[in-house]
Amino acid sequence: MTDAAPAPFRNEKALKRLKKRRAADTRFRFYGMSAIAFALAALSLLIVSILSQAISAATYHVVRYDVVLDPAVIAPAGKDKPADVARNIDGFYNLLRSNLLQTFPDVQGNRLETRELGDLLTRLAVLPVAKSVAANPTQIGQEMTIKVPLNDDLDLYLKGAVSPEARLKLGTVEQGTETAPGRVTLSGPNAFKGLQSLISAQRAEVGDAVDARSILVTSGPATGRVVSMSANSLEMDLLTGSAADYQGARPLARVIALPEAQRNVSDDQIAWTLALKDMGRISRVPHFSLLTHTDSTYPELAGALAAIVGSLLTMLVTAFIAIPVGIFASVYLEEFAPRNRLTEIIEVNINNLAAVPSIVFGLLGAAVFLGFFGLPRSAPLVGGLVLALLTLPTIIIASRAALKSVPPSIRAAALGVGASKMQSVFHHVLPVAGPGIFTGAILGMARALGETAPLLLIGMVAFVADVPGGPTDESTALPVLVYSWATHAERAWEPMTAAVIVILLMFLITMNGIVVFLRRRFERRW
Amino acid sequence: METTITESRETLTAGTSMDETQGLTYPRIECKNINVSYGDKQAIFDISLPIPDRSVTALIGPSGCGKSTFLRCLNRMNDTIESCKVTGEIIMDGENINDPDIDPVLLRSRVGMVFQKPNPFPKSIFDNIAYGPRIHGLAETREDLDEMVEKSLRRAGLWEEVKDRLSSPGNSLSGGQQQRLCIARAIAVRPEVILMDEPCSALDPVATARIEELIDELRKRYCIVIVTHSMQQAARVSQRTAFFHLGELVEMGETDQIFTNPRERRTEDYITGRFG
Amino acid sequence: MSDHIVSAFTDELDKLAADILRMGGIVETMILDACSAVNKNDVELAREVVARDPQVDKLEADVERQIVSLIARRQPMAHDLRAVFSALKVVGELERVGDLSKNIAKRAQRLDENVGPSMRKGIYRMASPVSRQLNMVLDAYATGNASAAKAVWEGDDDIDQHYNSLFREMLTYMIEDPRTIGAGAHMLFMAKNLERIGDHCTNIAEFVYFQATGEYLLSTDRPKTPQIDG
Repeated sequence: MTDAAPAPFRNEKALKRLKKRRAADTRFRFYGMSAIAFALAALSLLIVSILSQAISAATYHVVRYDVVLDPAVIAPAGKDKPADVARNIDGFYNLLRSNLLQTFPDVQGNRLETRELGDLLTRLAVLPVAKSVAANPTQIGQEMTIKVPLNDDLDLYLKGAVSPEARLKLGTVEQGTETAPGRVTLSGPNAFKGLQSLISAQRAEVGDAVDARSILVTSGPATGRVVSMSANSLEMDLLTGSAADYQGARPLARVIALPEAQRNVSDDQIAWTLALKDMGRISRVPHFSLLTHTDSTYPELAGALAAIVGSLLTMLVTAFIAIPVGIFASVYLEEFAPRNRLTEIIEVNINNLAAVPSIVFGLLGAAVFLGFFGLPRSAPLVGGLVLALLTLPTIIIASRAALKSVPPSIRAAALGVGASKMQSVFHHVLPVAGPGIFTGAILGMARALGETAPLLLIGMVAFVADVPGGPTDESTALPVLVYSWATHAERAWEPMTAAVIVILLMFLITMNGIVVFLRRRFERRW
Repeated sequence: METTITESRETLTAGTSMDETQGLTYPRIECKNINVSYGDKQAIFDISLPIPDRSVTALIGPSGCGKSTFLRCLNRMNDTIESCKVTGEIIMDGENINDPDIDPVLLRSRVGMVFQKPNPFPKSIFDNIAYGPRIHGLAETREDLDEMVEKSLRRAGLWEEVKDRLSSPGNSLSGGQQQRLCIARAIAVRPEVILMDEPCSALDPVATARIEELIDELRKRYCIVIVTHSMQQAARVSQRTAFFHLGELVEMGETDQIFTNPRERRTEDYITGRFG
Repeated sequence: MSDHIVSAFTDELDKLAADILRMGGIVETMILDACSAVNKNDVELAREVVARDPQVDKLEADVERQIVSLIARRQPMAHDLRAVFSALKVVGELERVGDLSKNIAKRAQRLDENVGPSMRKGIYRMASPVSRQLNMVLDAYATGNASAAKAVWEGDDDIDQHYNSLFREMLTYMIEDPRTIGAGAHMLFMAKNLERIGDHCTNIAEFVYFQATGEYLLSTDRPKTPQIDG
């Protein structure tokens, strides 16, 4: 037979097929890239949404009070021991509230307004002040500057989160006259021309619900609520300040879209807050108390410290139990256990255990640790034990994978020079598998850190006002705190919740950072 | 086959007495009726084989013929495989090393092993050598250990190449150097027998030649058993050659005779490249 | 014997054997033709035989080249190694046989025309057992038959006896008629050459035997008739 003709690599059919194959290639690459793009987009969306919410909780508003620590109020006779002073929340609250009442004397006599003014200040917010004064009793009787968080709703209002609001700098007011008690008429040529169109624009944007009455006109410490208006004059109820404050000024008008009845903050409260702000008594400061305070029913006072410490204690317990047990179990199963029916069953069950819903572990923990062993409820010890059970399969599986990936030639080499089985494992196999095992362990811990359900069942969702001092104290954990804060009704909890999520993410990022570091540092080429 | 082996026994004494090396030439290891099975599958059938001291015995044969399995019997490496069962006697210095009473850990310090793929520990060159003496307590002081490491590396012909970088990792060496490091590691525990399981299969010809030169040097002190796929290598390095096929010892004899005039048809066919 | 996994190896060994047999065939006819030229006083035939020798030399060189290349590339073992080794030796022996035949043909050209047919016939008679020996040993080589080779090896004794009787015959001629002394001397050399060819045949037989069995035939074991000229 003569040589066959050279294979027709370049004929039409072959080229067509080639084109198809190339196209399939390109398609697959496109699918892959779009999958990654989708994942990245989802991730960044998540992070952006959480951060954008959390960012407003990064700062908050505090009000400054310059008061004399009147011993009659805060340390009345018979109750002047430091312990009493520290507990005398009412005294401190009254001290600060009367300071507010002095600032806004118009309120005197009006019970509703007095109460509303008092709401600018949360009663429990004085607790740290009381404690610090009690610790340093020489301050009693002295003048002192106290900073206390603003009520959360007003804080939200100042952050612009209460209602859509349009603002307009009005024209110069030539004259402001008090026509009746509390009623002021402002006049100035064409000073209020833009206001009407602003209201219309606001209506178009938000809807008809816009309350035409919730138009606040502020100038310096004075704020009034518009009653009627024309291009040249404006009639309004004065909420704070005096008519004189408007004289020759260019007041700022605020059109608040949400009617007063639907808000948690009244126009009066807004007016007082604006006045305090004008006086320079309100300042926006970093919200460190989020990290230093414990939980509270008032968002402006609440902090995650107890949960952070609780989570750390829980993780500590988990780490001390799950990591050694997991490593020893995996080393035994992988290196020493005979391959038979029993070990096969154990293997399958460990794999199954990793897939058991975490809440089941919570039930188990509640039944066994709380019910049978009678361990304390809500304690990090129990939480740690439950989470250790939860992470154990993960750690065992990861560790076994790491041990499996150690080349058998190393074991053979060690046995070949006369090492015993245990020496070969502990001198050679474990050091090589180490980074992989620790990666698995830390990833397991990271999973445990984010677990909520089992902790709910063993009572770690309880309201904890004190930082736990040990693993048997009542405690909560970060994810549980997220859960409980997210269930609160008040709007102010939303950014707080996001902030705690950010703290939780920081923990996770730190743990993953440790994993990356360990891998880089100790992974060996083989 | 029976006759072949008896015949080989007779030639053994004659052959080794002609050996140019001096000293003991009695069979260092005497294997009697070795059977090995993995579960239900028998891998080695009734092999009896004397292994002379201070010479190189090559085990050749096609893949899966049981030569590696047999080699691993000699230091009880098969113990690490659960389903593996070894019966028969392996007499070394008057002791049956296949006896369950003999601790394989001790045995392995007397019978060193070098593997197919260079497998230094992921540790420094020094620690690679020092590991064996350390676990066997062969070195009293640090100086002893240093000396032991140097001696082993010198014997493995690696000292000049690595003496300035004993603390660099063992896997930073080239493949051939790694394999010589493994040989040095095996020597360091002062074995009497060295088993080599295809020690050159992963090496280039130059590195292979170095190892072969080293084997030739080592045979003056040790009893060496080498499994190899390369018949040329078996012909080059060994004094005696045993041909395995399908778990049976087909033929055993002087290397010269095996490669010029094998007695068995199967040996002939294998070494002339007539079946795989 | 079955084929090698690498079939080219078998092909090369086969070609080697074929070339050697071809060479053997040429050499065999050279012996017969040279002696026939002596017998018939055919100077032309003798010249032609002489002319064939370079062909044999060329074949020898060619076979040797093949062997060197084969050893370098295939590293033959066991039977193959012996086959290559004996091919190398056999080719040398055949070349020598070619040379000796050429020598006979050269002497045939110089032989006096007047030498009688009875005297010439002796050489021709001796040629046929010698060429038969060569033919048989080449057959043994082609088939790898050790016993046939051994038979050839043992058959050399006949050639020796043949030589002895021819030697005496020539001496008788030369004593009877001193004019035939020149031709007789030539004849004696021719007879000696034939006897040497016989020896080469036994050498070839030894290599064939070695190739087939891996063992050596020791010449001390061979039945031997003492030669007259030592």
